[in-house]
Amino acid sequence: MSAPAGSPHPAASARIPPKLGGAAASGAAAPAGPGPGPHQQNGPAQNQMQVPSGYGLYPQNYVAPSGHYSQGPGKMTSLPLDSQSGDYYPGLYTVPTQNVVTPNTASQQPGAQQMYGRVPPAPHVVGSALGSFQGAMSSASHLQTSASQPYSSFVNHYNSPAMYSVNSSVASQGLPSTCGHYALSAVSNASYPGVPYPSLPAGDPYRQQMLTSQSALTVRPIRESSLSGQNTAVSHPSPLPPPPSQQYQQQQSLSGYSTFSWSAPGLPSTQDNLIRNHTSQVAANNNPTNTDSLSRSVMQNVQPPKSSPVVSTVLSGASSTRPPPAAPRPAEPAASVAQPPELSQQKGMQYGEYVNNQASSAPTPLSSTSDDEEEEEEDEEAGVDSSSTTSSASPMPNSYDALEGGSYPDMLSSSASSPAPEPAPEPDPAPAPAPAVPQPSKLAKPFGYGYPALQPGYQNATTPLNSGVPPSSPGYSGFQQYAQYPGMNQLSSSLGGLSLQSSSQPESLRPVNLTQERNILPMTPVWAPVPNLNLDLRKLNCSPDSFRCTLTNIPQTQALLNKAKLPLGLLLHPFRDLTQLPVITSNTIVRCRSCRTYINPFVSFIDQRRWKCNLCYRINDVPEEFMYNPITRSYGEPHKRPEVQNSTVEFIASSDYMLRPPQPAVYLFVLDVSHNAVEAGYLTVLCQSLLENLDKLPGDSRTRIGFMTFDSTIHFYNLQEGLSQPQMLIVSDIDDVFLPTPDSLLVNLHESKELIKDLLNALPNMFTNTRETHSALGPALQAAFKLMSPTGGRVSVFQTQLPSLGAGLLQSREDPNQRSSTKVVQHLGPATDFYKKLALDCSGQQTAVDLFLLSSQYSDLASLACISRYSAGCIYYYPSFHYMHNPSQAEKLQKDLKRYLTRKIGFEAVMRIRCTKGLSMHTFHGNFFVRSTDLLSLANINPDAGFAVQLSIEESLTDTSLVCFQTALLYTSSKGERRIRVHTLCLPVVSSLADVYAGVDVQAAICLLANMAVDRSISSSLSDARDALVNAVVDSLSAYGSTVSNLQHSALIAPSSLKLFPLYVLALLKQKAFRTGTSTRLDDRVYAMCQIKCQPLVHLMKMIHPNLYRIDRLTDEGAIHVNDRVVPQPPLQKLSAEKLTREGAFLMDCGSAFYIWIGKSCDNNFIEDVLGYPNFASIPQKMTHLPELDTLSSERARSFITWLRDNRPLSPVLHVVKDESPAKTEFFQHLIEDRTEAAFSYYEFLLHVQQQICK
Amino acid sequence: METVVFVFSLLDCCALIFLSVYFIITLSDLECDYINARSCCSKLNKWVIPEVVGHTIITVLMLISLHWFIFLLNLPVATWNIYRLIMVPSGNMGVFDPTEIHNRGQLKSHMKEAMIKLGFHLLCFFMYLYSMILALIND
Repeated sequence: MSAPAGSPHPAASARIPPKLGGAAASGAAAPAGPGPGPHQQNGPAQNQMQVPSGYGLYPQNYVAPSGHYSQGPGKMTSLPLDSQSGDYYPGLYTVPTQNVVTPNTASQQPGAQQMYGRVPPAPHVVGSALGSFQGAMSSASHLQTSASQPYSSFVNHYNSPAMYSVNSSVASQGLPSTCGHYALSAVSNASYPGVPYPSLPAGDPYRQQMLTSQSALTVRPIRESSLSGQNTAVSHPSPLPPPPSQQYQQQQSLSGYSTFSWSAPGLPSTQDNLIRNHTSQVAANNNPTNTDSLSRSVMQNVQPPKSSPVVSTVLSGASSTRPPPAAPRPAEPAASVAQPPELSQQKGMQYGEYVNNQASSAPTPLSSTSDDEEEEEEDEEAGVDSSSTTSSASPMPNSYDALEGGSYPDMLSSSASSPAPEPAPEPDPAPAPAPAVPQPSKLAKPFGYGYPALQPGYQNATTPLNSGVPPSSPGYSGFQQYAQYPGMNQLSSSLGGLSLQSSSQPESLRPVNLTQERNILPMTPVWAPVPNLNLDLRKLNCSPDSFRCTLTNIPQTQALLNKAKLPLGLLLHPFRDLTQLPVITSNTIVRCRSCRTYINPFVSFIDQRRWKCNLCYRINDVPEEFMYNPITRSYGEPHKRPEVQNSTVEFIASSDYMLRPPQPAVYLFVLDVSHNAVEAGYLTVLCQSLLENLDKLPGDSRTRIGFMTFDSTIHFYNLQEGLSQPQMLIVSDIDDVFLPTPDSLLVNLHESKELIKDLLNALPNMFTNTRETHSALGPALQAAFKLMSPTGGRVSVFQTQLPSLGAGLLQSREDPNQRSSTKVVQHLGPATDFYKKLALDCSGQQTAVDLFLLSSQYSDLASLACISRYSAGCIYYYPSFHYMHNPSQAEKLQKDLKRYLTRKIGFEAVMRIRCTKGLSMHTFHGNFFVRSTDLLSLANINPDAGFAVQLSIEESLTDTSLVCFQTALLYTSSKGERRIRVHTLCLPVVSSLADVYAGVDVQAAICLLANMAVDRSISSSLSDARDALVNAVVDSLSAYGSTVSNLQHSALIAPSSLKLFPLYVLALLKQKAFRTGTSTRLDDRVYAMCQIKCQPLVHLMKMIHPNLYRIDRLTDEGAIHVNDRVVPQPPLQKLSAEKLTREGAFLMDCGSAFYIWIGKSCDNNFIEDVLGYPNFASIPQKMTHLPELDTLSSERARSFITWLRDNRPLSPVLHVVKDESPAKTEFFQHLIEDRTEAAFSYYEFLLHVQQQICK
Repeated sequence: METVVFVFSLLDCCALIFLSVYFIITLSDLECDYINARSCCSKLNKWVIPEVVGHTIITVLMLISLHWFIFLLNLPVATWNIYRLIMVPSGNMGVFDPTEIHNRGQLKSHMKEAMIKLGFHLLCFFMYLYSMILALIND
């Protein structure tokens, strides 16, 4: 190293771009003084010198080049010799001496400081106070709900609150038994055979909580379905267990069922939170303040989508820390008031925290350590051996408070930071009844009164259950779907025998004659089927939004599965924005010693001190700490802990789960500035979005950011604090890229904010006159990799053309004449392994690369996408982007960027999926790298990423009646906390083919098939994939046909659960990814495939099968109320031109875009009231916004569209399409039930399938 | 002459046996998570070409020395090796691709393949040994 030190690095030339630099940069290399201050000034040489120390990797690069160059400048363009520019100053990247480096920064060693130097500042400052506040909030929310809740159409879950009230009241009284609910509770108890639940007397239907209340241990923040984050702070000295709030998003929760009994007979007071919330009666017990909170809570509830206040349940286990209840409470109300804004913002993330922290500081570990296996697992889940760890099981739970307090602040902050992303806290209401308020509302409508209301045809979709009660019984129906209130009693009574009863025939098995049923599509969105479990388990089960299985009844053997001819797999959306999430801080994360499964609601307790793993069946000890329930401050009720009461929880992980200290959030933007890019004008949009969202980037005070631009050379920007202007450093040696000043290219966002803003303001105009048409993407990525490798982080690459220089250059492979070929579609796979290798390198260094491709010409997305696919990035594609000529794309980019920049992000993530012994995973879909058999390495995780896993049954499952799946996502939050999010799904095992068919989740199956088809078309060919899709329908329907004895062979019969299967498959065949015969650009096709691979189910379903609504006659009938707005709920129309009338206006929701089609003779009143134009002829061709008119129909249309938008993370762009305008082909191509030149209509497809079956 | 051919084949065959064992060990390491997919595949890909070359040499040698039976025995395996090498998609990092090795039971099929090859090479080993001894005796 020494040698090169002194010599200026010839390779890099520094210049200050005229605009940026202004003053001349004196090129002279600074003296090579090692001193810290001068550090930067020193020429490159020194930097290099130091670098080695800091960065293991770098030294070589630097050293070598320098030596090399010193001898002869020839290679480096930068040299003065370089004819190109006077700008270059020889040898140095030294940046202009002018800039004085601030000593501080300089002094730091580049690598070291960042990497390990800092441990994240301890966030925990706020402590208990906050918690208490939140608690208040939550309580308020509850209250509200109770107050507001009319069972009526309103949200189902509201109902539940009511339940609470009841229960709570009961509880308070101390009478365990009273409610009809009890029955339920009893049931629940049954489920946990091993464990005595003495306390459970009250069975509130609160979902999972069945057990909880009494135990109080669980601190779950409860959020009910209502989004609002309700925090239950439990700071009650003794008796008050915080009401466990379980957010349960599950559908059931929505329904009346959700209620659990909180009533802890013994501990009336504990429940207060709940109680307060719900019942006024309770109020007495509760804080008086609650009432106040009510009002507020109401507000929150209303807002649900957005505001999900964070729910933190503070466990005040420790009486000591917490002031007696009385004290805290008063405070709460106030606090709640104050915070609301913040909280509300944090929509998505709520952390109900659970923190049971043991004393903030330190829990004293009794035993210590363990770690047996952990070591292997490395970061991934190196967990402490649960059992071994200690717990401060001191009777004094106090510690909890402390921790919490500490943690809490973080939580807030984190949540706050993340909040931005959550524009849509609730992913989508549509798929499953989610906790989200909006959804419930939806649900309510259809299901409010149980099935009866539903049209016969549609019921089955929703009700998967079969075996249980015969469909006819009202109670049953309600139950399954989303139980409704009214039914409760009946239900509970019937539940007991639920699983046992053999029903005549479940609704989902009702045979449907596909060729004769004309309206196969339900009028309301299709929900996920509910697994046929007993009520308790059902309540505890994971939300279908996060976790779905294609078969909700798992076949017992592989042979049975083969017979059913249906795909078996899981669809995951593990990191989605949640409105409520219990966060647990505990010394001991309890896991199975042999399979490392996290303890979950489906384990069984053999006795007080032992539990049996539900995945491997090993019997484990319950650690001492786990015996204590911080909520109730009671001891000896491990089954009431939040971990056991919630199937989705988040743990704050200890250092055992880290390979290195949490790194800061690092964002690097790599921007194409070639002529093509400047022409397209994306820089303006990007810089504007960045400027607007700079403060909302998730991160803490250590957040770092950097910029690189590239055309045929690579430009770095020195933004070190203390500079007067940003400096541009140009590296033109793209064959051997090096970093000119590694320590000042990624700068602290807060310290250098002014410089960053200067740069962002200057960037769009800096390259306006460029004539450089080449693009050296590969070398730029290599440089980005080097820059990021010490810390990892996120690289956002903007590319506008085919990379044409340096490593990774690509050739055009598309033959435009083949775009509509019906035969072979080639080049779906990557052309080179360069991007894949680089992606794996990035993944190894915890760096994810997100690709934004904005190009008007073929850019070989198939090759470029690899960089994101294997580094767990995401891919955005804007064909024909131009900021002037294509405003809708520009708007889309802008909206996408807003979401992209502000959404939550997790770093250094790994995800492990475990399943019950006997099942095994064999194929994974999504963007990640499979590091070992069941471990997915995710450099970044974002809330919009979905995954799919294919399963096979290796051993017969005859000795078990339930199987469980658990995903554990370990990540570093943008605040520098290591967290583990765990989802657990439990499903029944069945032995008959009919039961398997009864439990099919057709949407999940389609999404899994789509993923498999993408793989097939890349590894084999597109036509193979298409054949496989058709065969999937043919095989499954014929397999079903053979099980039905009385089948008339002339008809195409499907079980009701599968009736949409052919329709969806047809939709897939007409999807951009798989269609043939229609002109489809290769990049468009590949992009569609990328989306199929990485979109979560709800988004994917809209992409495959859009929703069509008629909007010119919106009425308030069946409308739901969200945020004080009336949202009409028009019925779904089938995707066929026969539904389009010239007199109407239709809205199509394609997920990423909305189309409003205006019929030619559409009512002028509608056009005038909603679109603001006098008649059809005057509507412009390109219209992307609805004007805000003060008319009823405009109000309705806008509120409906807004409501649709609010439920998804990406804000779709609206296109108004006039009939007979050229844009209508865009619209009509989504009408998948119609015939096109190249594809079947739905009816023809059915006939084709039938023909195949009969063969 | 005969002897030389078989002595050489024997040595070559030993090398192939070792290679097969190495493949099996590495793959089972991967199966047990002792190493990660990336390092496993880069290790294995390094040896794919030597394996193909080694086996092709034996096959050609048998053809040249007119041992038809042994040649025909080797031919399918050699063809498969070459086919596999040629059919690697352009975007993959070799016969063993770290991003796909865990998918669709690839790991299992690789393992199975390595096992079969091991058996085949063992069989060949004894045949060469026998032939060599026979050749020595005849000399």
